[in-house]
Amino acid sequence: MAYASETRERLRREIETIREAGLFKEERFIHAPQGAEIEVEFPAGEAARPVINLCANNYLGLSSHPEVLAAAHAGLDRRGYGMSSVRFICGTQDIHRELETALTAFLGTEDTLLFPSCMDANAGVFEALFDDQDVLIADRLVHASIVDGMRLSKAMRDTYKHADMGHLEEKLAEHQDRRTRVIVTDGVFSMDGDVAPLDQIVALAERYDAMVFVDDSHSSGFMGATGRGTHEAKGVMGRIDIITTTLGKALGGASGGCVSGRAELVELCRQRARPYLFSNSVPPVIVAAALKVLELVGRTTERRDKLEENARYWRRLLTEAGFDLKAGESPIVPVMLYNAKLAQEVSRDLFAEGIYVVGFFFPVVAKGQARIRTQLSAAHEKHHLDRAIEAFAKVGSRHGVLGLGRDEIVARFGL
Amino acid sequence: MNELQKLVRDYVVREYLEEGDTRTIDLDTPLISGGIVDSFSMVSLKRFLEKKCALQIPDAEATPAAFDSVRSIVDLVARLGGKGPAG
Repeated sequence: MAYASETRERLRREIETIREAGLFKEERFIHAPQGAEIEVEFPAGEAARPVINLCANNYLGLSSHPEVLAAAHAGLDRRGYGMSSVRFICGTQDIHRELETALTAFLGTEDTLLFPSCMDANAGVFEALFDDQDVLIADRLVHASIVDGMRLSKAMRDTYKHADMGHLEEKLAEHQDRRTRVIVTDGVFSMDGDVAPLDQIVALAERYDAMVFVDDSHSSGFMGATGRGTHEAKGVMGRIDIITTTLGKALGGASGGCVSGRAELVELCRQRARPYLFSNSVPPVIVAAALKVLELVGRTTERRDKLEENARYWRRLLTEAGFDLKAGESPIVPVMLYNAKLAQEVSRDLFAEGIYVVGFFFPVVAKGQARIRTQLSAAHEKHHLDRAIEAFAKVGSRHGVLGLGRDEIVARFGL
Repeated sequence: MNELQKLVRDYVVREYLEEGDTRTIDLDTPLISGGIVDSFSMVSLKRFLEKKCALQIPDAEATPAAFDSVRSIVDLVARLGGKGPAG
């Protein structure tokens, strides 16, 4: 037998090592559609209980919106369940073209190509467009999918300190010998919730003849006055060369992603990007629902406005309660605890109080930067946040972290 | 520390430690396995050494193990016949 008992034992030991290191991830089973209030079974086998969800990427509250569901049903009826093909064989329907056109208009770019996910878009884009004559210069906190995508490219790779424009400028000057320089950044950084200074990045790109790549997955749909993304928020619409983003967060939350930007770059992705070439089409039901999402987002800014208000309100509640927050202007609000064990205990106790949040620690964030990442949604009402802050204050008080800054928390709990 | 060791140490501190990071870097501080330098960021260190020490570091030699401490980096430079700080 090829799966020898030694192999099984070795893999079991590896799993045990993960468990012993406190890094074992367990799924929690949700017995409800995604929303502000959900029923969660955890640990597995326990009765599902109602909790307020503060950890979804459901920023606009559209994951279970009735009009989105109706559009998905209609898409299923009109265009079927699956395409049983990649795009370029027989997997492209009229609605795929329609969605790509709608995303191009929404993002203010020249063209768009759908991928099964933004992870796939990031995995394919760098290899398709750049080679060993080029250099990719990435912010050190970009998403893991970008890191993986950059690894797949033959281009030289370098990094700059997080959001440090002086350091980026040094790197741009240093790499003037390369054919193409590409600045690579997230729009909103997923773990810190801070916003890339795209206005300054674009200015540097123009001064040093570089292209700009932005992953706007945690921004599309709500950042900027009409929700187009970080480029709108920072006043650089039309000046970003490549945007990758997802339909799996604010824009409906199902799955699917895209590369959007300069026409030639998108066309080269259509010709070469392997996750596009070798993976099935985004299913019709998701395409139809995403078209409805873009229509809803274009109809009114009510949802992104409410999200902004919720984020402001939640930040204020946490600050008044005495928590140490990462500063920011996005609906990602990290509550800093620094110590990994403390973050795990606080998230566990919050769950017992009916609040669903997750503690993040190394290797997801840097060592000594453990936190609870809270995420707001337009689906949250004030009463959800008022109830959540009661639980946070109770648990924070129990652990003695209220009113403490970084140094005091580290002094008390260690790193 | 000799001149080359100091040069490498100072570069690592300037290039990889964030403001407010009080960690000290000595000859044997693990840089890559210690999470101070990631594999992407090694590029800038390699280019810095090539420029400062007037040598070429073949990709096969630019391994995470070879770049894991100030000592191993300086050993690598010596092995490849680097000329020491070129100003």
